[in-house]
Amino acid sequence: MQDLSDQLGERLGDRIAERAVRFGELTLIVAPEHIVETLTLLRDDFRFVNLTDICGVDYPARPQRFEVVYHLLSPFRNERVRIKVRTAEDDPIPSVFGVFPGADWFEREAYDLYGILFTGHPDLRRILTDYGFEGHPLRKDFPLTGFVEVHYDEALKQVIYEPVQLRQEFRNFDFLSPWEGTDYVLPGDEKAKAN
Amino acid sequence: MAEINVRNFNINFGPQHPAAHGVLRLVLELDGEIVERVDPHIGLLHRGTEKLIENKTYLQALPYFDRLDYVAPMNQEHAYCLAIEKLAGVTVPKRGQLIRILYSEISRILSHLLNVTTQAMDVGALTPPLWGFEEREKLMVFYERASGSRMHAAYFRPGGVHVDLPHQLVDDIGEWCDPFLKTLTDIDDLLTGNRIFKQRNVDIGVVDLDDAWALGFSGVMVRGSGAAWDLRKSQPYDGYDEMEFDIPIGKNGDCFDRYLIRMEEMRQSVRIMKQCVERLQGTERTGPASSTDGKMVPPSRSQMKRSMESLIHHFKLYTEGFHVPEGEVYAAVEAPKGEFGVYLVSDGTNKPHRCKIKAPGFAHLQAMDAICRGHMLADVSAILGSLDIVFGEVDR
Repeated sequence: MQDLSDQLGERLGDRIAERAVRFGELTLIVAPEHIVETLTLLRDDFRFVNLTDICGVDYPARPQRFEVVYHLLSPFRNERVRIKVRTAEDDPIPSVFGVFPGADWFEREAYDLYGILFTGHPDLRRILTDYGFEGHPLRKDFPLTGFVEVHYDEALKQVIYEPVQLRQEFRNFDFLSPWEGTDYVLPGDEKAKAN
Repeated sequence: MAEINVRNFNINFGPQHPAAHGVLRLVLELDGEIVERVDPHIGLLHRGTEKLIENKTYLQALPYFDRLDYVAPMNQEHAYCLAIEKLAGVTVPKRGQLIRILYSEISRILSHLLNVTTQAMDVGALTPPLWGFEEREKLMVFYERASGSRMHAAYFRPGGVHVDLPHQLVDDIGEWCDPFLKTLTDIDDLLTGNRIFKQRNVDIGVVDLDDAWALGFSGVMVRGSGAAWDLRKSQPYDGYDEMEFDIPIGKNGDCFDRYLIRMEEMRQSVRIMKQCVERLQGTERTGPASSTDGKMVPPSRSQMKRSMESLIHHFKLYTEGFHVPEGEVYAAVEAPKGEFGVYLVSDGTNKPHRCKIKAPGFAHLQAMDAICRGHMLADVSAILGSLDIVFGEVDR
């Protein structure tokens, strides 16, 4: 795995912003403008012919909040590689549909669930959510309960949408332990750590 | 003769159609009976599994995996457990690994039995599903005897399995194997040489190997096109490298080859199951079925009655849950339908930051358009049957 990492480092040079091998898996971070080129090179010269997956990840605290993660598999080398691209909320990234036709639905899914835009995608529609759905549900700021609920209205003889009404307020139990101790000294607790 | 204004027309296939295998809506553009374009509309079974998982602790998130591909629940749990174990560096004891393999193969047979027999039903045969479902029922009883549940087992846990198997159950699974091979031969006799079945499947839905890779296929879909690729052999997990079995591959990449591969894989699964049973009765008859360090797997009831430490562990594991070290991993298993992967991003807390589920059916279904173009309308259901789609995992 380290060999592959070094070879790729040599071939791609400074187009790779970061590369690391952790848990026996190789991760590369490239800039959005290099993603098509990188995947083409991996496909043609390193025989990573199988696109396993494309997905988005949301890190709301970062200035470039989204990561798009590409997983490739080479059945000939029996190796996997992960390529990541960072992007902000309204910065589109190039579609890799031209490199792997299998990217079609994965990019539609990332658009649907995160609102990540892919330029050059032939048909960037929503895929998993309902027809006419608003918002991008997998963003961290999208509430778990959503905004609308549906039910069948007997009088209108059709399914209708209504704002979601919770019988009980949504409860998020934070079980993170307070027992680990604080990094500051609690007032009146000065002697606890002195010995 | 006067010029006739010929036009293509669109029809809806599904969402409520017996051959749509669940809730698939296909918008088909037809020129006479020739399919010009297929646009699958999915998401009718979308439940937001990934969002829910992000809001649950690692252990609470596990049962969602049963509800993805509900035809072979334990294979999904397996991928999730492997991902957590990879991040946390936990190893599973030998007996636990064997039980996992045993039940993964049971799940594989469950899935292939359903697929092969309903594919036969899609093209007009009614007897195979009746025979196949009888065997599925027996397998589900094995599920129930191990986990208490016929389908949604939640049996594989990070660090091992939930409870150890009783010896009687292992014996019964061993006794099930040979009569099942007889049933499989009967189904084989019904279908493989059958004129109608061949007419409907041979040379239908041919996929070229290069296309198969580029479209993101895996599992039977690439093996049907001639790739000797199986994660159980090439990237073995949980002791599959100690098992003896063969990987069947196809030559033509059509629906019939995929059917034949599934039939052979069931026989190979039985072979693996027999090896597991033999070792579970012999060398691994006793021993822990899950990790014993107490940091991920809750202690046994009897330990809790005697040890304060165990009681604390139990309490902490079922309220706060265990913490998984920061990092990201991708773990994949060879599920019956192809490569089922879990991309897990942990931020070091008790809940996953992101858990992307890579479902094989998603990539297979997206190729419907590429495979179906130029085929007849009746072939659509045969192709759909051989893709082995289950909507729980496609829509998530």
